[in-house]
Amino acid sequence: MAEKMMIQFDHVTKKFDGETILRDISFDIERGKFYTLLGPSGCGKTTILRLIAGFLEPTEGTLTFDGQLVNKIPPNKRQVNTVFQDYALFPHLNVFENVAFGLRINKLASKEIAPRVKEALHFVNLDGYQNREISDLSGGQKQRVAIARAIVNRPQVLLLDEPLSALDLKLRTAMQFELRQLQRRLGITFIFVTHDQEEALAMSDEIFVLNQGKIEQSGSPRSIYDEPINRFVADFIGESNIIPGKMPQDRVVSFAGKTFNCVDQGFNKNESVEVVIRPEDLELKQRGEGLLQVRVESQLFRGVHYEIIGKDEAGNSWMIHSTKSAKINDEIGLYFEPEAIHIMRHGESEEDFDRRLESYEGADHD
Amino acid sequence: MTKKLTNIYLIPYALWIGLFVLAPLAMVLYYSFFTIQGHFSFVNYLRFFTPIYLKMAVSSIGYAFLITLFTLLIAYPTAYLLTRLKNRRLWLLLIILPTWINVLLKAYAFIGLLGTYGLANSLAALIGIGRQQILFTGFSFVFVSVYLFIPFMILPIYNSLEKLNSSYVDAAHDLGASAGATFRRVIFPLTLEGVKSGCQAVFIPALSLFMLTRLIAGNRVITLGTAIEEHFLVTQDWGMGATIAVFLILAMVIVMALMGKGGLKRW
Ligand SMILES: Nc1ncnc2c1ncn2[C@@H]1O[C@H](COP(=O)(O)OP(=O)(O)O)[C@@H](O)[C@H]1O
Ligand SMILES: [Mg+2]
Repeated sequence: MAEKMMIQFDHVTKKFDGETILRDISFDIERGKFYTLLGPSGCGKTTILRLIAGFLEPTEGTLTFDGQLVNKIPPNKRQVNTVFQDYALFPHLNVFENVAFGLRINKLASKEIAPRVKEALHFVNLDGYQNREISDLSGGQKQRVAIARAIVNRPQVLLLDEPLSALDLKLRTAMQFELRQLQRRLGITFIFVTHDQEEALAMSDEIFVLNQGKIEQSGSPRSIYDEPINRFVADFIGESNIIPGKMPQDRVVSFAGKTFNCVDQGFNKNESVEVVIRPEDLELKQRGEGLLQVRVESQLFRGVHYEIIGKDEAGNSWMIHSTKSAKINDEIGLYFEPEAIHIMRHGESEEDFDRRLESYEGADHD
Repeated sequence: MTKKLTNIYLIPYALWIGLFVLAPLAMVLYYSFFTIQGHFSFVNYLRFFTPIYLKMAVSSIGYAFLITLFTLLIAYPTAYLLTRLKNRRLWLLLIILPTWINVLLKAYAFIGLLGTYGLANSLAALIGIGRQQILFTGFSFVFVSVYLFIPFMILPIYNSLEKLNSSYVDAAHDLGASAGATFRRVIFPLTLEGVKSGCQAVFIPALSLFMLTRLIAGNRVITLGTAIEEHFLVTQDWGMGATIAVFLILAMVIVMALMGKGGLKRW
């Protein structure tokens, strides 16, 4: 297991001019997986990538690659390559020379360079583009050249800083798929940065959700979506209804003046909690049916579904995603499964959260 | 309507160009076809190709080349350092400031510094080298010229370095390039425009320097600029002076063409 642990952040803090940008971050990156750093703009994603690439040095803490301390190793001595946010393709070199740059630096014989460049361009579906000038390429093509220029060096880790954010929606979706495929074919570690939660959910093996220089939660897309640790993660990853509630006992929660069955455990008696239910987990029922009664306040057609906003008798707002439509001012019933309810403890650390979940989920699954 | 308006705005510029650029050029060309006696002839052009003037031309170009080279060697690292400093505006101002002082004043200052009893020789005597002839040599000419031209080389290079996107440098390091390789393969090629502009801004005036040749080089260095001055002011052979000027103008055009379009755009 130890050799799978490739990159390790151990209590890393980064300050710029005395201002703390990353606070006490610890995480591990394993070989051959697709990781995503997800968070709002300015939360420190690029800073983490620049620490890994070697452009920055941690103010405190240690950064190790395969157990070797690399805090002070410069970027040109690291087996890591970056696809920059603005691509940073050299404007004075054509596509071939851009891709060949790293190989020429490493003094490869020129007869070895040509096939390597060709292979890299083939990987990103740019066969026959060798002699193009950078200024003649579209945004999507520049993107691919930037990826080819990085992977041609056969790095252990590829860092990608919001590489898709400048592309239009259709191309972006296509590239998400291609990047994921590419990572599988190359079998190397990708560390991908985005502020787009859908992108993160679609592509990653593991997501780190960042907020203000801290990792709020890490885990598989499914676990982060289904079991957000706090209000920030629940809000940032998709839409959520977050309602205040109480836990009279394990597996029972009360909110909106009623009591419901749920699957969450490990709480103090009558502990105040936050209840999360995803809008797509709420089912529309006739008035009087279901578990909750709400009055419809507004409705938006979203293409795949209707987005309905309703208010319950206790005054909580509910967002519902449904393929059925409702009438404004109508009373409707809402139904949800006990599994659709997720309970969040106030101020729970990720470690405690994981431990609590394991204590009862382990029993359920294995 | 708008086109007419822009044409009106162009009038002062056109007048300026016509009166102070085109007309003098035409007059220089016109005078170059007259002998000292006032006869129309091509004899001045033939005289230019005699050894005495050819040697002068070669020495002019040689000195201008040396001056440009040394200016570049000093200005590039300085400009680079400047982009990494905190108080760039202040430093830049300090570099521009000397250009506001009259060239003659600076030349006289150097006569004081480099003369037989000047500061430089006093230092040389102090450390035991002994007093040397510094003033009125080719060395002092190049030295003082380089000093005078440095700001004009620094500014365009500084500007192109400032414009250089720092992510290109990051990308080069990321791809394994050392600091030296990054400079050779990325920074220098991408700031070549600034280098070209700077070289033009130095080489062309250096070709026609005349006052310094007398004050600092003591007429030991005779450039085409000196020759023109001599003909117009001393020998009164305006025709020959104008002919040399024509060749000087040709040389400038050639330099500008060689330095490419990018350089021309700035001018
Ligand atoms: N070199 C720097 N000097 C000072 N502050 C910086 C520097 N780089 C980044 N920052 C600050 O650090 C914070 C995080 O930046 P960044 O990592 O680029 O965020 P993200 O990529 O998540 O948008 C921002 O507030 C930014 O202003
Ligand atoms: Mg960023």
